[in-house]
Amino acid sequence: MGKVLKDVVCSFCGCLCDNLEIAVENGKINPVSRACKVSISRFVNYNKDRVPYPMIREKGGLVKTSLDEAINKAAEILSRANWPLIYGLSSSVCEAHRKCVELAELVGGVIDQTATVCHAPTILAFQEIGEIHATLGEIKNRSDLVIFWGCNPLDAHLNHFVRYSVTPKGLYISKGRKDRTVVAVDVRETRTTRVADIFLRIEPGKDYELLSVLRALINGKEIDLDKVAGVSMEEIRELAEKMVNCRYGVIFFGLGLTMSRGKHYNVMAALSLVRDLNKKTRFVIIPMRGHYNVKGAGVVLGWQTGYPFAVDFSRGYPRYGPGEFSAVNLLANGEVDAALILAADPAANFPVSASKHLARIPTVVIDPKISMTSLIADVVIPSAVSGIEAEGTAYRMDGVPIRLRKIIDPEPGVLADSEVLQLIIDRVKGVR
Amino acid sequence: MQGERVIIRNGFVYDPINKVNGERMNIYIENGKISEEFKEEGAKVIDATGKVVMPGGVDIHSHIAGKINAARLFRPEDHKGDVVSKTTNTRSGVGYSLPSTFTTGYRYASMGYTTVFEPAVTPLEARHAHEELIDTPIIDSGLMVCLGNNYFTLKYIKEGEVEKLKGFISWLMKAVKGFSVKIVNPGGQETWKWGKNVTSLDDKVIGFDVTPKEIVTNLARVNEELGMPHTIHIHCNNLGSPGNYEITIETMDALRNIKPVKGRKNVVHIAHSQFNSYGGKTWRDFSSGAGEVADYINKHSHVTTCIGQVIFTNTTTITSDGPWQYRLWLLTGNKWTGADVELETSGGIVPYVFRKRNPVNAIQWAVGLELLLLIRDPWRVYLTTDHPNGGPFTLYPQVIGWLMSRKSREELLKKIHKAASTRTQLPGIRREYNLEEIAIITRAGTAKSLGLKSKGHLGVGADADVAIYSFNPEKDSTSDYEKIVSSFSKAAYTLKNGEIVVKDGEIIGSPMGKTFWVECKAPQEQEIMDDLEKTFYNYYTVTLTNFPVQFDYLPLHEPLKTMV
Repeated sequence: MGKVLKDVVCSFCGCLCDNLEIAVENGKINPVSRACKVSISRFVNYNKDRVPYPMIREKGGLVKTSLDEAINKAAEILSRANWPLIYGLSSSVCEAHRKCVELAELVGGVIDQTATVCHAPTILAFQEIGEIHATLGEIKNRSDLVIFWGCNPLDAHLNHFVRYSVTPKGLYISKGRKDRTVVAVDVRETRTTRVADIFLRIEPGKDYELLSVLRALINGKEIDLDKVAGVSMEEIRELAEKMVNCRYGVIFFGLGLTMSRGKHYNVMAALSLVRDLNKKTRFVIIPMRGHYNVKGAGVVLGWQTGYPFAVDFSRGYPRYGPGEFSAVNLLANGEVDAALILAADPAANFPVSASKHLARIPTVVIDPKISMTSLIADVVIPSAVSGIEAEGTAYRMDGVPIRLRKIIDPEPGVLADSEVLQLIIDRVKGVR
Repeated sequence: MQGERVIIRNGFVYDPINKVNGERMNIYIENGKISEEFKEEGAKVIDATGKVVMPGGVDIHSHIAGKINAARLFRPEDHKGDVVSKTTNTRSGVGYSLPSTFTTGYRYASMGYTTVFEPAVTPLEARHAHEELIDTPIIDSGLMVCLGNNYFTLKYIKEGEVEKLKGFISWLMKAVKGFSVKIVNPGGQETWKWGKNVTSLDDKVIGFDVTPKEIVTNLARVNEELGMPHTIHIHCNNLGSPGNYEITIETMDALRNIKPVKGRKNVVHIAHSQFNSYGGKTWRDFSSGAGEVADYINKHSHVTTCIGQVIFTNTTTITSDGPWQYRLWLLTGNKWTGADVELETSGGIVPYVFRKRNPVNAIQWAVGLELLLLIRDPWRVYLTTDHPNGGPFTLYPQVIGWLMSRKSREELLKKIHKAASTRTQLPGIRREYNLEEIAIITRAGTAKSLGLKSKGHLGVGADADVAIYSFNPEKDSTSDYEKIVSSFSKAAYTLKNGEIVVKDGEIIGSPMGKTFWVECKAPQEQEIMDDLEKTFYNYYTVTLTNFPVQFDYLPLHEPLKTMV
């Protein structure tokens, strides 16, 4: 058996578990302990479906080329474009994000990140209302009431329950699970709702109503209804009482709230509820961010441009335009004329109208692995897997920055995302 | 820059540390440092005739990295009216009260500032603050680390284990590459995690049975015994509240008998004292308590302070004082963001407009100036706005104008709520600052308080950070407010390590700044390793292995030694 590394950080989901034990032997990686199923698969299969070498499109097909030639072509595409789009980011590290912003500014393009199709409503609501937030350790140490709203961590953030929110013992939670009341609010039964102490099954698209009624109740308003969102007032009153009477409550919410009818209005209702609860007790709210560094993408854009996503540089300075400068809209409306995609797969998960335009315009993909987008790209540049073959910074879903380690060397000649981007930046500067 | 020689010729030099007060002389620079006189041949010559020459500005308290980023993201409306285009040698960005990192560096440099300290970093997120400093060009910096509500601080004080507290701080400064000990609302942040606050020095912190007084005295003692270059830096309890001047004085007085480390007299820095010098009991009878606070500071040499001057503008309050930010939300109804960080801090953000016609705001404006004018020793009082809390740092020149020109203060007093005239001493204060005193409160004094030997002066061997302002002390009137503001807003030249980075207020060079941190080596570190391992395992959600900030985040840095 080769060496066993301790406290390795997993670069898969927004939990960023940093206590994995990983065995490395002969270029193979085997998680030994503490990794969840998904994490094990990520480490074991890190070398599958890799982009084998730099490629450019010639006569309709992708053909092997040199890194230098691929960089040249990428720089040429971005330099020639009137209004290029740089998109993705969330599955790469902050060092690469910084380069992406620099490149977007240099070529006068738009930069957008995957939050645009998941937690953008959360960000818009945050900008409107504010967010009473905590790091996950506060949940572990203090939370006696844990509410999962429109999210299913037992299928999506597998270690969340055991590391942060449900079972761990903490400073003021000496008995772990027994000291907590767990509530799930969802439109259907899930693995998470099944283990909750209370499950409120609500009608689809009625989150806003339920959140608003809860807020009215905790603010002492009378509600003369029998049911809201398919839930009896009795159950709602009981939950409101639990919220007011807990010591340190938390709502975790996911795409069930952000991507259902109402979108940022739903999140605004949730943020307002939690804010008002702080007049009675302590209560916080934490969005369940998906990709391991989608939080970091917003953080980097924030410090470099002032805005978290959908930022345009065509006037030489950053302009913020959710909707106007969001990747899906720009593509679906046919407004951008070239794209660079870093560590994301819009062709696989954007609406067809957006994917079609992406296939039409010259596109550069930087990714360790073959993706749908790489198949329609004009330039594909392989890169090292961050957190396995390259180090860098990632932000956990609660905003805690953690350094990812390099645990194995990439194939010779395969560079980190940030290095590839730096080469493109240098080449673009050279062209001009 | 390496090998390059520069002569700044014939300026009126204000270098208070070296007792140079407006003398016309040349400054010589070689290899990025101030040097002995050399022959002009082959040197770059900057003609500073008729101009003021000072060391580069040193800001002791300005929120530029880390927590401020949440506020940037929170307030797109702050940025849209103040955009910064890219140029051939500078990056684009946005400004007003929450400038992006590049813009922060450029704007400080264009005002002649070359060193700026970030005063509130929570250890768990120190990595983030360092990342932002990498993208903050030109200026040197350092991070003050919030410790007044840290689990280990509270635990070791409760257990009477002061030596272990010393070991912890020694370890932590290395781990997060921190510069000094910051205390924000001692005990109040931890108590806020249960929805309450502490309001007297003798209140107990929930869960720990220690008091704010025990927190500040123990941290001050440990700080001096470790020999940290800077004293403890306190944001006092009850910040922003009527009648809080009393707890400010009590806090200073609780520290009177702490023995300072050899080489300095002071043991505490009171941050943004303007926000903690209020009289009255309610918002109705709100008044100034600046006279009392200034009087205490005048009589006691163990205190330094920076002001946190209020400026009438639309700005953003952002502090680690969770309960205060909650209260400010209740008071204003403006949007509110809060954040608790496990075992360390809490905090929040609320946008705020300081209005001329609001009696409380008018008094706040006057209180800051009262403190600056009533505290007699300029070496112990420093100009800040607690950026962005009292207003953006870009408006420092206005404060300089008010200090130098009594006429300008009186004119503004006429335009603002009369409470500023009737409930403060400001109208009766005749004092006007001279340029030497301005140099002290903006660079020499702050550098000294921070313990930075290479900054804040133009003696041989100092870093060649120099600001040149188009103000002619022989011709221009010091009561000419407009002239003062325009001169200090846009430096004629700013040099950083001998490189010209600003000319006529425009950025022409953009080198990377360095980060100061303090390399403690207390033997007590060994005693706490078991505690660290247990606590990280049980209560943190990041492992002890992954907590320390790697040197990758400090591409240019200078570790300072402790003074013992």
